[in-house]
Amino acid sequence: MSTIFGIPPQALFGQLLLGLINGSFYAMLSLGLAVIFGLLNIINFAHGALYMMGAFVAWFLLQHLGLGYWWALLLAPIAVGLVGMVFERAMLRHLYKLDHLYGLLLTFGLALIIEGLFRNGFGSSGQPYRIPAELQGGTNLGFMFLPNYRAWVVVASLVVCLATWFMIERTRLGAYLRAATENPALVQAFGINVPRMITLTYGFGVALAAFAGVLAAPIYQVNPLMGSNLIIVVFAVVVIGGMGSIMGSIVTGFALGIVEGLTKVFYPEASNTVIFVIMATVLLIKPAGLFGRSN
Amino acid sequence: MAEAARAMPANADMLAVAGLHAWYGESHVLHGVDLSIRPGEVVTLLGRNGAGKTTTLKSIMGILAKRTGSIVFEGVETIGLPSNRIARLGVAFCPEERGIFASLDVSENLELPPVVRPGGMTIAEIHVLFPNLKERARSQGTKLSGGEQQMLAIARILRTGAALLLLDEPTEGLAPVIIEQIGACIRQLKAKGFTILLVEQNFRFAATVADRFYVMEHGRMIDHIVRSALEANRSKLHDYLGV
Repeated sequence: MSTIFGIPPQALFGQLLLGLINGSFYAMLSLGLAVIFGLLNIINFAHGALYMMGAFVAWFLLQHLGLGYWWALLLAPIAVGLVGMVFERAMLRHLYKLDHLYGLLLTFGLALIIEGLFRNGFGSSGQPYRIPAELQGGTNLGFMFLPNYRAWVVVASLVVCLATWFMIERTRLGAYLRAATENPALVQAFGINVPRMITLTYGFGVALAAFAGVLAAPIYQVNPLMGSNLIIVVFAVVVIGGMGSIMGSIVTGFALGIVEGLTKVFYPEASNTVIFVIMATVLLIKPAGLFGRSN
Repeated sequence: MAEAARAMPANADMLAVAGLHAWYGESHVLHGVDLSIRPGEVVTLLGRNGAGKTTTLKSIMGILAKRTGSIVFEGVETIGLPSNRIARLGVAFCPEERGIFASLDVSENLELPPVVRPGGMTIAEIHVLFPNLKERARSQGTKLSGGEQQMLAIARILRTGAALLLLDEPTEGLAPVIIEQIGACIRQLKAKGFTILLVEQNFRFAATVADRFYVMEHGRMIDHIVRSALEANRSKLHDYLGV
């Protein structure tokens, strides 16, 4: 077994792993977008900027407070989630009854402002963030070398995504969320504080982005533009999976990361565009997305 | 529910609506509605399409927020409260379009509304009243027949301990045999001590379940008839309702 389809196995598995890593981030980010879109009817263009903020909070905690990676994994989502909830209360709240376009414009403007502020403060060269000591090094699997931190990112992302799916699809809290997505006025008339639920949902979706940002900090550099580089692809993932579908966004996120990785092996020239080609094809054949309900 | 009823002075109104005005956006749809319900009564709002019956229910529930006047439930003024607070006082609403959630199965739909007061029915009691719902517990809510969906929509507000049920046209679009079942159900609920405000177009159905009838036209109450005076007022009612 020196080659597979004429490709050395190290290269193949290396790219597959890279694809899985990218897929982990696509899945976490598109999941947050799907949750937010489902309940708030808002296409949250600020998602990439909030992901970047998560990474910066991790960097800040380490630089100025001496709090390491594991603290950051806990505190950054809380901090960014709180920022998100303030933003929802102060601004987004006024847009729910309007066309999606207004929410998109507001969050897009916000993303530009946040990125601009961070670029002004920190430049665009990026800050290094070390892999935590527990996760340094790697494991030789025989057919490839697996860096421990990358394995951790894939596992952490899978766990967080599946826990989110379970919470939404299988618990009572999730039933409130699904019902309020369909008919918020009626759910509120049953005695549930829907406006508060909306705030918390936005906070949760944004916290997911920040969590992804902390996971990303040691892999990519902590850079004000790290979110905008990623978010365009993530939106393509959301369109392919179907806006608002929970499992759809998770599966599509991981699957497209892998497709992208494989494309790098077999036809590198197309690796940056393959997701957009798939998006265009899906839009032509099934406009609601692979997992979307058309209505 | 029984405790709350005892805490009230005898003959006091459970619900008292006075001078209720309501608006859909700019359009003024209720023009000073007055009505009252005593504990344990079944009261029906009659009237033609567009008379303001559904709007009255939605205003009491707080779903229609743009409203003025007075709505007192068990001594609490609710006119400025959001619907979730009103629900927590013990008022529950069953909408005309039934509002069954497609992304929830039957038992999730049934258990969705939170319990707001002690004394609600248990799932087992509800399954005695509506055996179909037990058989189809795992079906998607909207895969049920129209009659089953209506029963589910009523069943889910019985768990919550709400004392006042607002039922908006529970017989609409249903076959006569199902309408009979709904009627039997409403009589059982009355026997259990629930207070019910019913909106109906189907006068013959309403006559079998209600103690009193209010007649609405153009967003106002134009008449009030008690059950014992029903026969004497039959021709007048036919004129009101155009049947």
